[in-house]
Amino acid sequence: MPANFEVVIVGAGPAGLAAASAAVERSRRVLLIDDNPAPGGQIWRGEGRQPPRGVETWLETQVLGPLRPGLLMADRAGVPAQISYEKLILATGARERFLPFPGWTLPSVMGAGGLQALVKGGLAIEGKRVVVAGTGPLLLAVAAYLAKRNARILLVAEQAPRQRVLRFTANLWRQPAKLAQAFSMGRYLALKYRTGLWPVSAHGNGKLEEILLSNSRRLACDYLSCGFGLVPNSELAALLGCRIATGEVLVDEFQRTTRERIWCAGEPTGIGGAELSIIEGRIAGYAATGDRHSATSLFTARMRASRFPREMDSAFSLRPELRRLVHPGTIICRCEDVRFSQLTSHTTWRAMKLHTRCGMGPCQGRVCGPAVEFLLGCAPEGARPPLYPATVSQLALDRQ
Amino acid sequence: MTADAVVIGAGIVGAACADALSTVGLRVAVVESRVIGGGATAAGMGHIVVMDDSEAQFALTHYSQQLWRTLSPEMPAELEWDPSGTLWVAADEEEMQAVAHKHAYYVARGVNVEVLDAAQLADAEPNLRRGLHGALLIPGDSVVYAPCAAAWLLARAQLRRASLLADRVISIGRHSVHLTTGDRIESPNIILASGAWARELLPAIPVRPRKGHLAITARYPGFLRRQLVELGYLKSAHGHDTESVAFNLQPRTTGQLLIGSSRQYDVTHTSIDAPFLARMLRRAIHFMPALEHLRVIRAWTGFRAATPDSLPLIGPAPGREGLWLATGHEGLGITTSLATGRLIADAIAGRTPAIPPEPYLPARFPQ
Ligand SMILES: Cc1cc2nc3c(=O)[nH]c(=O)nc-3n(C[C@H](O)[C@H](O)[C@H](O)COP(=O)(O)OP(=O)(O)OC[C@H]3O[C@@H](n4cnc5c(N)ncnc54)[C@H](O)[C@@H]3O)c2cc1C
Ligand SMILES: Cc1cc2nc3c(=O)[nH]c(=O)nc-3n(C[C@H](O)[C@H](O)[C@H](O)COP(=O)(O)OP(=O)(O)OC[C@H]3O[C@@H](n4cnc5c(N)ncnc54)[C@H](O)[C@@H]3O)c2cc1C
Repeated sequence: MPANFEVVIVGAGPAGLAAASAAVERSRRVLLIDDNPAPGGQIWRGEGRQPPRGVETWLETQVLGPLRPGLLMADRAGVPAQISYEKLILATGARERFLPFPGWTLPSVMGAGGLQALVKGGLAIEGKRVVVAGTGPLLLAVAAYLAKRNARILLVAEQAPRQRVLRFTANLWRQPAKLAQAFSMGRYLALKYRTGLWPVSAHGNGKLEEILLSNSRRLACDYLSCGFGLVPNSELAALLGCRIATGEVLVDEFQRTTRERIWCAGEPTGIGGAELSIIEGRIAGYAATGDRHSATSLFTARMRASRFPREMDSAFSLRPELRRLVHPGTIICRCEDVRFSQLTSHTTWRAMKLHTRCGMGPCQGRVCGPAVEFLLGCAPEGARPPLYPATVSQLALDRQ
Repeated sequence: MTADAVVIGAGIVGAACADALSTVGLRVAVVESRVIGGGATAAGMGHIVVMDDSEAQFALTHYSQQLWRTLSPEMPAELEWDPSGTLWVAADEEEMQAVAHKHAYYVARGVNVEVLDAAQLADAEPNLRRGLHGALLIPGDSVVYAPCAAAWLLARAQLRRASLLADRVISIGRHSVHLTTGDRIESPNIILASGAWARELLPAIPVRPRKGHLAITARYPGFLRRQLVELGYLKSAHGHDTESVAFNLQPRTTGQLLIGSSRQYDVTHTSIDAPFLARMLRRAIHFMPALEHLRVIRAWTGFRAATPDSLPLIGPAPGREGLWLATGHEGLGITTSLATGRLIADAIAGRTPAIPPEPYLPARFPQ
C-alpha cells in the first residue's frame, strides 16, 4: 500500500525545510524525505536542525523515480516504499563539481563537501595537514569547519584571480548575513587564503603525499579537498518530465515546474546559495498549498537574494587553464576507468558513453558528467531510473 | 557527391552493409543522423543466437553466427566478444519435450547442442530456482557489445574508402538521397538501414516499432555463466500480443547482468514504463530468486523494427529501382546484421549468396 500525502517534499536541506514549514501551515499531511540520516542538507547537516512540527519526516530514504503519475518509488532504509502525492516539491539540492587532474583518484584526494561529510561522520582530522582547493565561498566554509575540528589547514587555494575575488567581497556589504559569515572565518584562515592558485597534480605511493601547485610549488599534505563549484541535482525533475534548460529546472514565479502538481526550489533551479533556497522553498510551500498571497509576499525578497548568486557566478567562473590539467592517461570516469584520451575523438556525451562506457557505472555520470561538460563541452542528456542503484526486488514491486 | 552505394543509418545493420559492400569493391557513403550504433543497436542485448522457429530464420541466424565467429579473432577488446553459449530453460515437462524437439532439429542441421536434465541445469547455473526441468544448451551462441561492433565494422569499411556523413536523409529520390544540408548524394544503389525509423522515409514499409525494456546490474562476477532464456520467450517474441515479458538474462564480460526482456506494440515514447519494467523483473525473479538482492544501476528502452511475419526485409524495394531495404530485424538484428550485409552485397554485385535470399525479399508483402 502506498503511503498517502497531500504534499511530498524531496530533500530536507534549507529549501526543503523551508517548504515544509510553509506547507504545514495549511496542510496536515506533509511528508519530508531525505536520504541522509539527519535533516539539514549540505550545510546544516549534523547541527541538530529539526523538521517543522506536524511534518512527517522520512530519513535515509532515497526516491528512485516515478512509478506512475502521482506515485513515487523509494527505498526507505532498505525497505521498498511507494509514496503517493497530490503535490510534489523538489528540493534536491546540488552536488560538487570535481575536476580531474593527474593523481585525483588517489585516496585522500576528495571533494570539499565530501571531506566535511566524512569528518561529520567521525573521521579523525585533528592534526592532519589539509589543503582546500577549487573555487567559491564554499572553500572557506569547509576550511573553517575543518579548522574548528583542529585540522592543520595549510592552504586554501582559490582559482579565481585576486581582482575578481576582491570585487566580490567588496559587494558583500549589501548582504549583511554574508558579510558576517565571511568574517567569522577568522584571521587564521585569512592568512592561508590564496587567490589565482590551484592544484596541478597530486602525488603519492598508494596514498596522497604531496601536491604540485600552479605556482610550481610542492606541498606535502595528508588531505586535498577540492570543489570546483556546484551542479544542480536535476535528475529527479528530469525523470518526472519537468523541462530542464542548461541543467536547471525551469520554474515560474510560484516555483512551479512545467509539470502539473510539481514545484521546485533551491539549487536545482539554479545555484543560489542557502538564503535564496530558503525563500524559494517557502514560496513553493505556500504555492503548493494554495496560499498565493504568502507566496507573492516573498517575491521581492527572492529578487534581492538572487543578486548574490549572479555576482558569485561571475566572480568564481572557472579559468580555462583548468581544462589543461588532464593528461591523455588521466582517468575521467572513475566507475568505468575511462581515460581522457578515449573521449577526445567523440563529440557528444552519448557517443562517449556508448563507445567508451564513460558514465555507465553506478554513479551514472553524476561525477564525470560535469567534468566532461567543462573539459569537452558536452553534457549528459536525460536521466533513467533508478536514480540510485536499487535492488531488483525494489524495482519489481508494483502493488497498489 | 556520388557513391556506388549509399547506406542510410549506421546501426549494426548499416555498418554491416557498409563493410560487405566495400568488400566487393564498391565506394560506399554512410549517412548517420545521430550516433554510430546509437539506435536499437545501443539498446539491444547483443546475443548472437541461432533460432529455429522457421527454416528461413534458422538459415539466416545460423549463417550470420558463422560470420560472427569468423570475425571474432580480429575483434578489438571493446567489442566484449564472449562465446558464453545459451541455455534455453524448460520450466515443465511440456517444455522439456520442446527441448527434445529442438535438440533433434539442431542435430539434424549440424549445430552442436546438448540436453541438460534438472540436476545438470542446477549444477550449471546454481542461482536458478529449484524445480526446473532441464535445458537445451547451445554452446556456439555468443554475446557482442553492438555499438562498438558497429563502429568497428564501419572503421573497416572506411579503410576500404567508405565515407561517413553526419547528416540526416530527408528524402530518397530516384538514384539519389537528399540531406538536411541541402546536399544530394547520387548513387545507383541506396540501402535503407534506418531500423525502426524506416517508415519516416518509406511510409508504406511493413515495419512497426516494438518497444523493449532492459535493466543492467552492478558487477557480480561469477553469478551467471551463460545466457539464460526461458522457452516461453519464443511465445513472447513471436506472438503478436500487444504486451509480453519473458525471462532472458545475460552475463556481461564486466560481471554485470543484463535483464530482459519485454515487448510492447503501439507505444512510441522512449520513457521507462515502471509498472511494466516491474513485471519484467518479477518474471526474472521467478526463475532466479537470487536476483532479488542484486542492484540495478540503470534501465532503458529501445525499439525493434517488427514485420508481420517476424522475418527481416532484405532486398530490392518493390517498384523503386535502385532502392534496397535492410531493416525489419525485430529482436535479432545484431545476430543477423552480418548475413544481411552479405545478402545485399551479393545481390548488388551479382554473386550467388550463401543462403537462399527469397524468404527475406520485401516483395513477399503486398505493396
Ligand atoms: C550491452 C549493453 C550494456 C550496457 N551497459 C550499460 C551500463 O553498464 N550502464 C549504463 O548506464 N548503460 C548501459 N547500457 C545502456 C546504454 O548506455 C544506454 O543507456 C542505452 O543505449 C539506451 O539508453 P537510453 O535510452 O537511456 O539513452 P541515453 O543514453 O540516456 O540517451 C537518450 C538519447 O536519446 C535521445 N532521444 C530521446 N528520444 C528520442 C527519440 N524519440 N528519437 C531519437 N532520439 C531520442 C536523447 O536525446 C538522448 O540523446 C548498455 C547498453 C548495452 C547495449
Ligand atoms: C530490448 C532489445 C533487445 C534486443 N536484443 C537483441 C539481441 O540480444 N540479439 C540481437 O541480435 N538483436 C537484439 N535486438 C534487436 C537489435 O537491437 C536490432 O534488430 C538491431 O540493432 C537493428 O539494427 P539497425 O541497424 O537496423 O537499427 P538501428 O540500430 O536503430 O540503426 C538505425 C540507424 O539509422 C539512423 N537513422 C534513422 N533515420 C535516419 C535518417 N533519416 N538519416 C540518417 N540516419 C538515420 C538512426 O539514427 C540509427 O542509428 C534487441 C532489440 C531491443 C530493443
